[in-house]
Formats: sequence, structure tokens, C-alpha cells
Amino acid sequence: MAQTTGAEVASGDLGAVPDEAGIARRPRRRWVRRAERYLPILLLLPSVIAIGVFVYGFIVWTGWVSVSNWTSFVRDLSFAGFDAYTRLFSDFRFLSGLRNVIVFTVLFVGVSVVIGLVLAMLLDRDPWGAPIWRNLFLFPLAISFVVTGVVWQWLFNPRAGVNLLLERLGVETLPMWYVSTEIIPGWRWGQIEVAIPVALVAVVVAAVWQMSGFAMAIYLAGLQGISEDLREAARVDGASESQIYRRVILPMLLPMTITIVIVLGHISLKTFDLIFVMTGPGTGYVTDVPAVYMYESTFRANQFARGAAISVVLLVLVVALMAPAVWARNRTEEAASE
Amino acid sequence: MNKALARIPLYAFLVLVALFALVPLYVMVITSFKPPAEALISRMWELPSSLSFSAWERGFSILRPYLINSFALAIPATLLSSLLGSINGYIFSMWRFKGSEIVFNALLLGMFIPYQIVLIPLVQTLNAMGLFNTIPGLVLTHVIYGIPITTLIFRNFYARIPMEIIEAGQIDGAGLLGIYRRIALPLSLPGFVVVGIWQFTQIWNEFLWAVTITSAGQRPVMVALQNISGSQIVEFDLQMAAALQAALPTLIIYVLLGRYFVRGLLAGAVKG
Repeated sequence: MAQTTGAEVASGDLGAVPDEAGIARRPRRRWVRRAERYLPILLLLPSVIAIGVFVYGFIVWTGWVSVSNWTSFVRDLSFAGFDAYTRLFSDFRFLSGLRNVIVFTVLFVGVSVVIGLVLAMLLDRDPWGAPIWRNLFLFPLAISFVVTGVVWQWLFNPRAGVNLLLERLGVETLPMWYVSTEIIPGWRWGQIEVAIPVALVAVVVAAVWQMSGFAMAIYLAGLQGISEDLREAARVDGASESQIYRRVILPMLLPMTITIVIVLGHISLKTFDLIFVMTGPGTGYVTDVPAVYMYESTFRANQFARGAAISVVLLVLVVALMAPAVWARNRTEEAASE
Repeated sequence: MNKALARIPLYAFLVLVALFALVPLYVMVITSFKPPAEALISRMWELPSSLSFSAWERGFSILRPYLINSFALAIPATLLSSLLGSINGYIFSMWRFKGSEIVFNALLLGMFIPYQIVLIPLVQTLNAMGLFNTIPGLVLTHVIYGIPITTLIFRNFYARIPMEIIEAGQIDGAGLLGIYRRIALPLSLPGFVVVGIWQFTQIWNEFLWAVTITSAGQRPVMVALQNISGSQIVEFDLQMAAALQAALPTLIIYVLLGRYFVRGLLAGAVKG
């Protein structure tokens, strides 16, 4: 197979080059060879420059804006020091958003991992119609967070959707969902209550609806990689089915769990569209997140320094999530290859 | 028989999750076909008494220009970023050079940044280029920030082509471009399908770039949909019909080519 393909290419190539070019073959070939040494780098150059400027250059640029005096419509890039940051960390709205996005991330990623794992283990047992179930659980991934937000906004509207069903079931005090300003008591930290705002629950449900299929898909791929021989061997050794899951399969799924935490975690920390569409910042900022505050600071209030500072904090949050996760993944990969 | 009984909890759980997955779709579909008089939120769960296309027509007349914008954005952006990813992936898998792994990882990191961190410079740069509030400006943005994922998927794809084929091509005198054109590219169709579907879906569904870079008539459909839903005076049935229409292109792709969509999903998540 490999041989024939190579031969076909060769005949085509030899036919085209010397005849059409009409130049002595050897010198040209040597020139071409020399140029080709740099060709890979040359072809990558546009992408490398684009990412270099639009990712790395822009990060530095935003970093500079965050310490500048740019706080009005007029651009002022003179150095202001770290005022924007010190102000942020005594800003009720920012601190609320920070708390919300961390609570949201823990709940959303946690619930998605559990649902995804359970679904994957059930589908791995090859129930009737397995592909149909799988496709059903995955389709929300093809839908925009904007659409998700629009629909779930109505489903959790206190006068509609879920509450109509609860009413019919005889529930008397209907939940206020994302309109609720209640915060499950935690402890106070400066101006804000470190706790779970009830309003976030509705947003978590919508996000889980959209993304838990992703966790399932990753776990399913992981489960398919665990050979039947291994399970059979464990069975021969007298392990029960639940022991096989606990001792053999779950530990082998650890790299998948790390992947899911990285991907869903970083999506969750920068959450913007779902909140923007479904709830907005909410009364008392119970559903605000830094990404929404960043957008409104920058493009509605012209507080560019503040907007830039918020996005630097977001970047730090994502790095803080990813660095240990990537480190753990590399370790498990090394352990697996040994 | 016993074995079948033992499976009841399994199916019960699957049915439960399936209902959860279908609820938003159910509400969208039935509401969008209700006669306006029945489209009340208090009757949200009830099936329509007769089929009406009123909401579909009203929704479409509003969304039409924005749907066109979204196609004008997503199609060229998908094609360009797939092509770029294919060339990058080809080089990173088959023409490695000293330091190419470092360059590859540096490109890949671009995938995980929260895009807020580049938003202010991006708006400034597009403005300076005269591309702010234009579809080409959005295309450029999506092509550039799509480089990491498309490169990754194509690199993993080309890594599966046996090196012998490439070596045979080299022995026969074909160069980097010749091998790309005659060997790699013809084998790339599945790779292009996976990357194309992935990019189209992401670009179609994207909101942050769209809402910051464009306004008024240049808006893609997701921003238009958000405007409709944010307005208190827009009827519930129209909102549901518009949401469904905005979701339909990617849903259709998922139904027809879901297998490739899932491959993109896995390829994007698992570093090869």
C-alpha cells in the first residue's frame, strides 16, 4: 500500500518538474533543497506571528492597560500604578462576582463529572439503543449558550416553566430560582458573604444541561480503552463487579477526570454568554461573574483600566486551575507509560 | 428474566436524563408552533390545539439578515481556519525541526486563555485596521484564535499517516509542498470534515467576539437573538421560534454528521 502510493507520486513528480521548468535539473534541485530546509518555518510563520501578537502581545498590552490611567473614553496609557487592582479587591460587585464564579465552577464541574461518569458507566454496559442514548445526551453541546440561556430563562421563570409543574405537584412555597436574592449562609469575608447564592442553582442546571455530555463522551472514550481482558482478569481473581469499578476502572479514569476538570473548569471561569443572556448580574449581584463585569466596565462604562484588571485576574484564575491539573496529568501519563 | 429486572434502574436513569435533555427542545418546538393566543407562559407545557406558523414567520422576518450575517461569517472563517490548521498540523507532525515542539505548545496555550484578556487590544487593533464592526473583522478574529485547535486536530490526524509514505515520497524527489499536495491533502478529507464541523459550530454559536466587535446591521444571529430575548415586549412564542431558528443550522449538522462532531470534541480535549 505504502509502496504503490509512493511510486505514483514519483512518476507524477518526475514527469512535471524538469520538462516544464526547462532548466538544468541538478542545480535547481540543490537550490530547492536548500530553500526547503526553511520552508517548514516559513509556512508556520503567519500562524506564529498571529498568535505571538494576538495572544501573547495582547496579554502584555492588557496588562499595561490595567496599570494605566485609562478610565474614560479618552485613551490615556500613562502609568497609574496598581490602583485598579486595589480598588477591585474592595469592590463589592467584583468580590461578589469572584465568589459566584468559584461557587459556580465547583458546582457545575462537580455535577457534570458525576452525571457524565454515571452515564458513561451505564452506556458502557451496552444497554438497548446505546447510540441513541449517547446522541441524545450529546446534542446540547452543538447548541449555543445563548440559545440555552434564552430557553432556561423561561423554564426557571418563577411564574412559568418548572414552577408550573411544582405547583401542580402541590408544592406551596415555590422557589424563586435565579430571581432569588437569598444566600445560603456561610462566613463573612470583608464585605461579602462567602456562601452559595441560591440564584446560581438555576444557572448551574442550565450549564449542566449543556455540557455534562462532554464529560460522558470523555469517560466513554476512557472506558473503551480499558480492555475486557483486564476486567476478566480481575473477575478471575475473585473481584466483584463493584470492586472492579472501585479498584480497577475508577483509578484508570483519573486522566479523563483531569481532562474534564481542565476543559469544563476553564470554560466555567470565563463564563459570560450564559449569565449575560439568562440572568444578567442580578439583584445585589447574586448572579454576576467577573467576565460580565469586565464587559460592562470596558464597553459600557469606559473603565478600561478596571476592565483590563478584571481580565488579568481571570487569566490568573485559569492558570491557577490549569497548572496543577496539567502537572497532575503529566504525572499520571508518566506513571502509565512506565 | 432476572437479568432484565436488574436493568430496570439503569433504564429508569437513562430515561430521566433523556427527559432532562429534551425538555428545552420540547418547549421550544411546541411553543414555536402555537397560535399566538395560546402562547402564554402559564400554558407553557400544553401542546398546541392547532398548528400555527405565525411565530416562525415573525421570528424569521426579524432574524433573516442576521442569519445571513452568521453564514457570511462562519463559512469563510471555517474554510480559512481549516486550511491554516491543515498546513500547521502537517508541518508539526511530519516536518519537525529543532524547537518545533516548543512552538507547538506555545501555539496550543492560546486555546486556554480567557478571551477577555485580549478583548481591549483586539478592539483597538481592529479599529486601526478599519475592520471594527465588520464581518471580515470577525472572520479574522475567528481564524486567528482558531489556530490552536485546528492545528492540534490536524497534527493528531496526520500523525496517523505512516512515515513510510512520506519517506517514499521524499526518495522519489517530492518536496514538502509536493508531499502535502499529493499525499497528505488527498488523505485529509476526514480531517477537514472534523475540523470544519467543529469550527463552524463554534463560530456559529460564539457570542463574546460577536457582541463586542459588531453592532447594528453587522451582528451575527446569536447577538440578534440575545436582543430579542432581552426585550420585555417581545412575545414568548417569538422568542422560542427565534431561538430554535438560531440553533437549527448546528443542530442539523449534529443530526447528519454527529459522529464527526464528537471526534472533534474528543480531539480538542485529548492532547495527542
